[in-house]
Amino acid sequence: MLKNRIIPCLDVKNGRVVKGINFVDLKDAGDPVEQAKIYSDGGADEICFLDITASNENRDTIYEVVEKTSKKCFVPLTVGGGVRSIDDINKLLNCGADKVSINTAAVQNAKVVEDSSRKFGSQCIVVAIDAKRKDDGWEIFTHGGRNPTGINALEFASKMEKCGAGELLVTSMDKDGTQSGYDIELINKISSSVNIPVIASGGAGTLDHLAEGINYGASAVLAASIFHYGKYSISDCKKYLATKDIPVRI
Amino acid sequence: MDVTIVDYKSGNISSVINSFNEVAKGKVNIEVTSDLNKIKSSDKVVLPGQGSFKSCIDGLNSINGLVDTLSEFALNNKKPLLGICVGLQMFADVGYEEVETKGLGWISGKVSKIDNQNGKYKLPHIGWNQINIVKDSKIFKDIESNSHMYFVHSYEFIPNDNSVTAATTDYASNIVCAVEKENIFGTQFHPEKSDKLGLKIINNFINL
Repeated sequence: MLKNRIIPCLDVKNGRVVKGINFVDLKDAGDPVEQAKIYSDGGADEICFLDITASNENRDTIYEVVEKTSKKCFVPLTVGGGVRSIDDINKLLNCGADKVSINTAAVQNAKVVEDSSRKFGSQCIVVAIDAKRKDDGWEIFTHGGRNPTGINALEFASKMEKCGAGELLVTSMDKDGTQSGYDIELINKISSSVNIPVIASGGAGTLDHLAEGINYGASAVLAASIFHYGKYSISDCKKYLATKDIPVRI
Repeated sequence: MDVTIVDYKSGNISSVINSFNEVAKGKVNIEVTSDLNKIKSSDKVVLPGQGSFKSCIDGLNSINGLVDTLSEFALNNKKPLLGICVGLQMFADVGYEEVETKGLGWISGKVSKIDNQNGKYKLPHIGWNQINIVKDSKIFKDIESNSHMYFVHSYEFIPNDNSVTAATTDYASNIVCAVEKENIFGTQFHPEKSDKLGLKIINNFINL
């Protein structure tokens, strides 16, 4: 039976982890390679790096991080943040990323998704959707949640599926950082309107939130703070989910 | 010993390279090449594959003499060859992704889209699933049935002769996820991304 995935996400800036785990035995808390290794050894089903480097001159730092991580971690590695072109995707894959997540570029030019999924295969193209509640639906935002687009999230999700996206990473901007749970209505609506897997993101603060995300249709749950502050280990999450009859890899 | 990973510009093979280097740890020489002479002289060959069946077959055919060299290696010289993901699928006679495409024809069968039962199952089949080992394959030495492996695919290999099936996995139906026919091995899942157990399979292949 296919298991639901638990994906810890690490924010990386200028090659360093910004929010991270505070383990006492960690030699260098800012080292993304070391943190990714701790997660993969702890049973993470996948690792996600979100590059939030602002300046262009430091953009190359992520490539080095990915290259080093992929030599140490043998679970899938997804990298997102600032991915603009086929060329960026190619570089990340060559450095050892298994999947690349695309946000702004996918909204601005759907052809990037179409071309990249044809060139590299749908399996490595994840479209990241940042959505915020508006009226009785959700609007998507670009540029790390700064720019409204007027585009409806559900329509955009279907369009991305048609363009060849292999997965959708759906983040609720209303919930992100609140630790009050995923926007389960959003997750449920998108997940039931597409036939590709949906990863729930934004808002996980308790183990119950993870279970909710999955029960409302997500194939995988992504979380950051819940792991980083040492509140729960990956293994705690999985054991809990297993007690709720949610299939996980233990 | 020389193990060659065939580089035919089809998809992302850095994870395959990294995992073989990790397992080999300098004791075994890992080459990444499409050089026909190097492939001929190596002891084992790994045939990775990402993207569509057609794009991978086109990739093999774009290198003059590569298919013949691989066939001679696997079929005539009977040296160990491991196909991963689309690398395994290409063993078939025919594939139906994008358009009907002729495969290598090493293991009789076809590659078709997984029947998702009218949308009941999401595709691609992405994530960790358990394998059910049905044959005592050499690459599964010390691997227990029901172990988790990492999958990502929408198409499945359906062999004509079930005796080649080494393992299956359950997703929408019973999917063949590993094959063994004499010296030819293949996994639909990605051992290079399946953590310690995946590396163990790679180690088993290297130590054949």
